[in-house]
Amino acid sequence: MQTDPNPNKSKDSPTNSDSTESTQSPSPFPDDVLGQVLSFLNSDKDRSSVSLVCKDWYNAERWTRTKLFIGNCYSVSPQIVATRFPKITSVTLKGKPRFSDFNLVPQNWGADVHYWLVMFAKVYPFLEELRLKRMKVSDESLELLATAFPGFRALSLMSCDGFSTDGLKAIATHCRNLTELDIQDTDMSDIDDFNGGWLSCFPENFGSLEVLNFASLDSEVNFDALERLVSRCKSLRVLKVNKSIMLDQLQRLLLQAPQLMELGTGSFQQELLPGQFGDLESAFSNCKNLQTLSGLWEVTSIYLPVLYAACASLTFLNLSYAALRSVEFGSLLAHCPNLRRLWVLDTVEDKGLEAVGSSCPLLEELRVFPADPYDQHLHSGVTESGFVAVSRGCSKLHYVLYFCRQMTNAAVATIVQYCPNFTHFRLCIMNPGRPDYLTNEPMDEAFGAVVKTCSKLQRLSVSGLLTDLTFEYIGKYAKNLETLSVAFAGSSDWGMQCVLEGCPKLRKLEIRDCPFGNAALLSGLEKYETMRSLWMSSCNVTITACQQLAREMPRLNVEGQDGMPHLLFSLFDRQDLLLPSLMLWSGTRAVKMAGEKQSELDHSFLLNENMRND
Amino acid sequence: MERASAYENDLNLKATELRLGLPGTDESSEKQSLRNNKRSSAEMDNSCEKNEQESSPAPKAQVVGWPPVRSYRKNVLHQRNESDLSGMFVKVSMDGAPYLRKIDLKVYKKYPDLLKALENMFKCSIGVYSEREGYNGSEFAPTYEDKDGDWMLVGDVPWDMFITSCKRLRIMKGSEAKGLACL
Repeated sequence: MQTDPNPNKSKDSPTNSDSTESTQSPSPFPDDVLGQVLSFLNSDKDRSSVSLVCKDWYNAERWTRTKLFIGNCYSVSPQIVATRFPKITSVTLKGKPRFSDFNLVPQNWGADVHYWLVMFAKVYPFLEELRLKRMKVSDESLELLATAFPGFRALSLMSCDGFSTDGLKAIATHCRNLTELDIQDTDMSDIDDFNGGWLSCFPENFGSLEVLNFASLDSEVNFDALERLVSRCKSLRVLKVNKSIMLDQLQRLLLQAPQLMELGTGSFQQELLPGQFGDLESAFSNCKNLQTLSGLWEVTSIYLPVLYAACASLTFLNLSYAALRSVEFGSLLAHCPNLRRLWVLDTVEDKGLEAVGSSCPLLEELRVFPADPYDQHLHSGVTESGFVAVSRGCSKLHYVLYFCRQMTNAAVATIVQYCPNFTHFRLCIMNPGRPDYLTNEPMDEAFGAVVKTCSKLQRLSVSGLLTDLTFEYIGKYAKNLETLSVAFAGSSDWGMQCVLEGCPKLRKLEIRDCPFGNAALLSGLEKYETMRSLWMSSCNVTITACQQLAREMPRLNVEGQDGMPHLLFSLFDRQDLLLPSLMLWSGTRAVKMAGEKQSELDHSFLLNENMRND
Repeated sequence: MERASAYENDLNLKATELRLGLPGTDESSEKQSLRNNKRSSAEMDNSCEKNEQESSPAPKAQVVGWPPVRSYRKNVLHQRNESDLSGMFVKVSMDGAPYLRKIDLKVYKKYPDLLKALENMFKCSIGVYSEREGYNGSEFAPTYEDKDGDWMLVGDVPWDMFITSCKRLRIMKGSEAKGLACL
């Protein structure tokens, strides 16, 4: 982190003309001291606040910021970023709205990282880290990344698409100082990769990797190349392989890297000879530092015991791809006393969750995923009693994601009494609009209990049969709420209005299939500038409202289905056309269409909201 | 005969029509989008697609993007369901029943066991299989969809072959199944 000794004298500064003596109350600190102090600031929220104090502080902050976080890649143009922050070495960019994970956003929506990389290549040749989420990343982009930044060290791609193993080949070939290659949750193009090629592209003298995660890649990899790579990388602490890696291969990898802290196994679907079983068991028992364990595809009760010896120090166990039943799950849990985070499939059922309640007193986070999400007539999975059992035994629980088919108001009330410290409460009752199955009433009181009791609540996902009352409760009590997800709920515009008026810290609001219309949308005009984004799908919003929104709030970007910019709305004759989907955020949809004029406005406040890391 | 012509029509239109999902229902237009899934295959389509219930009053058609399970996780789970070694659960539907059931084929060793279990589960009478006449004379006849998507009469092939190729079961009304038996 370099501090420019004379920030005010810099020729690059856009506020050159307004330098040192312009402020009414000049900073009592000399500028280089200020710079030094600010370089210790890591929180984006703090940095945003600092930048608003006065011009001096704004300048000192921008010269000392090295980590850039942009929560919505269309909220600001690369040019503005480049002008404001000259010393960036680490970039985090997020693109598509979250509902693109569920196929609700058009394929060609955008969020292509390439034009960002082109700018970075010019302005930040010393870029070291790039973390992308829900962005389109082409092989061409990966090649640019690999060749234009000699000091590049860390690449993280979460839920990104558009690239193939060709792009990874470029990274492996050219990034001499790579310490991190982390690919998560990717639907990759299938590409013929007969040589298992990309892993072999790491040079023979390359050994700097600390993180290697290719668990979500489809293709076979060259195991010999992988084994040699792992043996060379003495600092490797995270290794997550894909399903092509078999048990005997995993055992060999573990022998090379007993220092691993995070392990993602390959597939457990292999018949081992007795000798091999013992080898695998002892390989696992050598891993004394394991904190995270994931993968475990096709693991069965026969093979689970090989893991036991490695579980003593486990804090995060991800079994969300392993269809375990309650018995073997309970046996495994008995060996994991230090678990803080647990992800499971609902095949473990309520009985399995009871075991969680009794074996995991330190548990802070639980996610229960549905093994069969689309079978609406299934009676298995977990119910309200599993959730209650966990809450009873795990008083430190503060993050829950729970998929179930039935729930009651009483159960939720009980749960939050046991665990009043929820920060993230995401309950998904899978049948849309399902009431309390015992009383047949709406689930309003359940979520009312949550927001009344859990004052630290930051994130809430609601489900089940809900009236406006739920949203009245949310608006009245959820004063720390930042993210709200709503589906198939509410009775009228009033519900959405309650939330918009009542939740001061609301940043992300996503709504689908609710009876909220124009009045609700327009009630939030001032609110939207303080939010990262609003996404609405299959509600009762028409183009009329969007046009009004666009007219009255020029700094807001409003988009309908297919990503049309708001400029085109005026061409529509049908004012009453119901919009299938709407996305709204503050900032500019920069570089989206050729010739579109980019806004030169640098609304610091607006930008700061979108550059806050959450 | 009225019955013969009824079955003839049925034979032409429904019984031999290769469809995914319950005969008598329309192909749902709310298919789970597989755009993002480059590994999409016929098997994947079969397991993803769910059609509306024939007789339920408020049909719960599958809704796009709901429940909110990520594409990536969905794909992995479907692959798992396809290759589930620890159980061979298949869906069983019966004409006129409001909801389906699931049974584990691995639990049974031979046909009579399976038929008895089905009779118990659905409170119907299936009768005895004969090679020549199928389940002639019974109120209901068990059929299954095989890997090729064809609807077959239960009992024609050896048991082991049956359990590896059976993807779902349907207990048809005897009148409809008659057509199959006579082929």
